[in-house]
Amino acid sequence: MIPQPQVRHDQAPVTESDLLLQVRDLRTYFRLDEGMLKAVDGISFNVYRNRVLGMVGESGCGKSVTAQSILQIVPKPGVVQGEMLWHRDGQTVDIGGLDPESEEMRAIRGNEIAMIFQEPMTAFSPVHTVGNQLMEAYFVHGKLDEAEARARAVELLDLVGIPAADRRVDEYTFQLSGGMRQRAMIAMAMMNRPRMLIADEPTTALDVTIQAQILRLIRRLQAETGAAVLFISHNLGAVANLANDVAVMYRGKIVEFGTVRQVLKNPQHPYTVALLQSIPGFGYRRGDRLQSIRGSVGVPIDPPDECPFRGRCDRFDPALCGGSMPASVEVEPGHQVACVLYEARS
Amino acid sequence: MTNERPSGHEQQKPLLEITNLKKYFPIEKGLLRRVVGYVRAVDDVSLSVYRGKTMGLVGESGSGKTTLAHCVLRAYDLTEGEIIFRPGDQEYRLNELEAKELRQVRPHMQMIFQDPYSSLDPRKTVYDIVSEPLRLNGATRDAALDQRVRDLLEAVGLDYRHMKRYPHAFSGGQRQRVGIARALALNPALIVCDEPVSALDVSVQAQILNLLSDLQAQLNLTYLFIAHNLRVIQHICDDVAVMYVGKLMERARTDDLFRNPRHPYTEALLSAIPIPDPDRPLPEQGLEGELPDPANPPPGCYFHPRCRYAQAICQVEAPPWLETEPQHFSRCHFARELPLQGSI
Ligand SMILES: Nc1ncnc2c1ncn2[C@@H]1O[C@H](COP(=O)(O)OP(=O)(O)O)[C@@H](O)[C@H]1O
Ligand SMILES: Nc1ncnc2c1ncn2[C@@H]1O[C@H](COP(=O)(O)OP(=O)(O)O)[C@@H](O)[C@H]1O
Ligand SMILES: [Mg+2]
Ligand SMILES: [Mg+2]
Repeated sequence: MIPQPQVRHDQAPVTESDLLLQVRDLRTYFRLDEGMLKAVDGISFNVYRNRVLGMVGESGCGKSVTAQSILQIVPKPGVVQGEMLWHRDGQTVDIGGLDPESEEMRAIRGNEIAMIFQEPMTAFSPVHTVGNQLMEAYFVHGKLDEAEARARAVELLDLVGIPAADRRVDEYTFQLSGGMRQRAMIAMAMMNRPRMLIADEPTTALDVTIQAQILRLIRRLQAETGAAVLFISHNLGAVANLANDVAVMYRGKIVEFGTVRQVLKNPQHPYTVALLQSIPGFGYRRGDRLQSIRGSVGVPIDPPDECPFRGRCDRFDPALCGGSMPASVEVEPGHQVACVLYEARS
Repeated sequence: MTNERPSGHEQQKPLLEITNLKKYFPIEKGLLRRVVGYVRAVDDVSLSVYRGKTMGLVGESGSGKTTLAHCVLRAYDLTEGEIIFRPGDQEYRLNELEAKELRQVRPHMQMIFQDPYSSLDPRKTVYDIVSEPLRLNGATRDAALDQRVRDLLEAVGLDYRHMKRYPHAFSGGQRQRVGIARALALNPALIVCDEPVSALDVSVQAQILNLLSDLQAQLNLTYLFIAHNLRVIQHICDDVAVMYVGKLMERARTDDLFRNPRHPYTEALLSAIPIPDPDRPLPEQGLEGELPDPANPPPGCYFHPRCRYAQAICQVEAPPWLETEPQHFSRCHFARELPLQGSI
């Protein structure tokens, strides 16, 4: 199959009017008996209309907690600090300052910002039909016309590629295959025409074939609606296919940020480089030793002020890496790296 | 299968020889549990695995990979077919063995599972988990057993000082190492790996793949390696079999399969792998639809409803198992002429 040329807009200029969400110094901590677990520890990024921000990193790096923080659904005893400026219609709200249970936050959650998960069964109830749940998502936000809600549900099930949508709308989720459930969940997220979609590992549990279908679906919906997407995945291949920009997270910090080309074609942080090199297939011959990353992420309980990756880093240098967490350095316009190798150079 | 000639490593007799294996699960209905049909989970599969080599088995979920593995380990009785297993200089017809004889063979074949979280008993220490197969085979808790457990943990890169800990204290990759140590305990000839790295991050996946390669080289292990990630298969397997709705669609040397796939299903699987390079996006058109119901597969070629090359004949006639090149087989009417795209 010959790849079709595609319009990719990661080089397109970003205008301030497209700025939708500004996250500033977000910290989400869990106070545990063992100490303070700093799941997200001072991250900042912008989300723009009509752009996909990919967020990558191994399990346990704080990607899901970032998503939960934006929606104010962090479980207890999590505490969220920092600014999350949500811009719409000339107004700005600081999500970080809203009570999670407030009217205003409910109006944003599921309506202006919608989310899809790895496991669609967590989003659906087994005792209601797919259609009723899609319609419910609509009613919750004050839209009350039943016939209109049902028509919208069928329209969306059809849009996400569920065959015979007018029949499937009355089925239960257990009657759908894994791939179809994922589509139904995407349909539910799109019911209220969200301005931003958060997709947390939406393809991780799927076969490659179904994964490719879902990636194409998200790409198409994003292009058609102009919504912003925060696409969280530990699959760098999936991210390369969807994202305009990429944030690489490690132990609660963004260690590298840039356009998808900057980060994946010219990776600078030793962590990003190591992640890319550990993928089998590309540049490897059968039986070659794979480059792996020794050890594991671990749990950031009372983490010391130092580079979080130093214990696993191939380029660790006791003379350089001894100090506190390196600041982000711009290595080329828009491409930021938090590693002492670059700090020392600038 | 009569049309497979030995060549290369096929000079010797295979360690595992599966012939015309079928496993059908009855579908029962009503109070009387009347059998109304069969799920043809494995439907006439023949496959040989050679000593010291890795045979990959790939296909979408539901294609019958795990069922095939369970048949090989005789966790299931076969519906039909023959499985010959030759550890050491013995030869066993697994399909004919009764429980008592199976107990003698079992130590020679072990399994590693996908989910390092659920496959280890959370109430047992690592020491108990790893030593259990030895104790079940007569070892007593003594200094020699302790030493054996230490050696096994060391072989898989775990610190033996942690052997009194419980699985929850370990990361996913470490738990998978515990599972591998346990599988090695009885010096098996064959290890069936069912999606052993699918639940792991790439960084840790790479550690485990390297470990499996090292152990194979040191211990002359033979792997039947199941995965749905073709890149993993490409990296670790000598040969690959592609499965779809209980049938093999293609089988070849790994390099041949990736360079020159001879079945449209294989081509579709290859083209669906997302590449971490924004300049090599997924094709706009890819494989649509899902696996058909194995209780009610389509007529003709099972793949024809999703096949972009399907012709009239594909809807009515089941394709033969064609040898397109030496040791390269495909179940497609047009296996010899289709211009299919590889991916290396
Ligand atoms: N509800 C919670 N309570 C305590 N710790 C949590 C909770 N949720 C996540 N964590 C911890 O926060 C860190 C980041 O987790 P998460 O955001 O889920 O990572 P990712 O999504 O990148 O895999 C991990 O160390 C995890 O154990
Ligand atoms: N114990 C069982 N009883 C009935 N059907 C089964 C059983 N185990 C598997 N199946 C069915 O057999 C088919 C193949 O399943 P499986 O071997 O698990 O596939 P894979 O491992 O390739 O995902 C599926 O349709 C599955 O639902
Ligand atoms: Mg997560
Ligand atoms: Mg399986």
